Amino acid sequence: MGVTRGWRSALAGTFAASLALAVIVAALGPALTVIPIEVLRLVVGALLLVFGLQWLRKAILRASGWRALRDEDSVFEREAAAARAAQRDERAGLDWYGFTVSFKGVLLEGLEVAFIVLTFGSTQGSIPLAIVGAVAAIVLVVIAGIVVRGPLSRVPENTLAFAVGVMLTTFGTFWGAEGAGVDWPGDDAALPFVLAFVILVSLGYVTALRRRRLALA
Amino acid sequence: MRRFGAFWWDFVVGDDWRVAVGIALALGLTALLATTWASAWIVLPLAVAAVLWISLRRAAG
Repeated sequence: MGVTRGWRSALAGTFAASLALAVIVAALGPALTVIPIEVLRLVVGALLLVFGLQWLRKAILRASGWRALRDEDSVFEREAAAARAAQRDERAGLDWYGFTVSFKGVLLEGLEVAFIVLTFGSTQGSIPLAIVGAVAAIVLVVIAGIVVRGPLSRVPENTLAFAVGVMLTTFGTFWGAEGAGVDWPGDDAALPFVLAFVILVSLGYVTALRRRRLALA
Repeated sequence: MRRFGAFWWDFVVGDDWRVAVGIALALGLTALLATTWASAWIVLPLAVAAVLWISLRRAAG
């Protein structure tokens, strides 16, 4: 939006959405702390597993060649052409199209991040620490966006998606099982083993699906 | 309202509803076994691996 419709409206939309997300986190954060930890871990684990497996599924299908890798350059060109073609509508001194698209994009994508921050923070008993981590990540992404000022085509998107999927699935498995009443051998020390298991299984599936695709070709 | 529902469905369930159902069943089974079996921790990782494979095989024809 910044490149095609102007940075003022795009940044205003981003700021407004960030503010809305901050309000959501501030409102939901304290509410989560009154839920019993076992129930919270069960619900959070289930949701992280569902999210994580969605990410992992797409990343494995792309890595094994069953789904096309995202072409960031063509996606950027397509979105930029649509943004340029949209009519200009000035409201409150802002290009309304640029503002609303930026607001919607940041709010919807940010909701998933806000959910992850709240759940990680509440299950580990420190929402402020999780917020600090999330804010640090946001600052890094904003700086990268300002520096690059264009499509992030050099970012290894599928590798990042694979890593996010692995992490969410690992924490989801660990907390989900704890919430269901399981005692992990070695308690928190079991977490690296769950992580290793998820990585090995995922890489094994990439290899198996790649072989299957080659056999069918 | 319909679009709102569609957003939440896509947000939580995503491309394959079987994954969400499989995870719910696996967590239920884990909770059931955890009361009587000390090694019930093994159930969820194995179920996650199975659910993921089933979903991948469907997507990969």
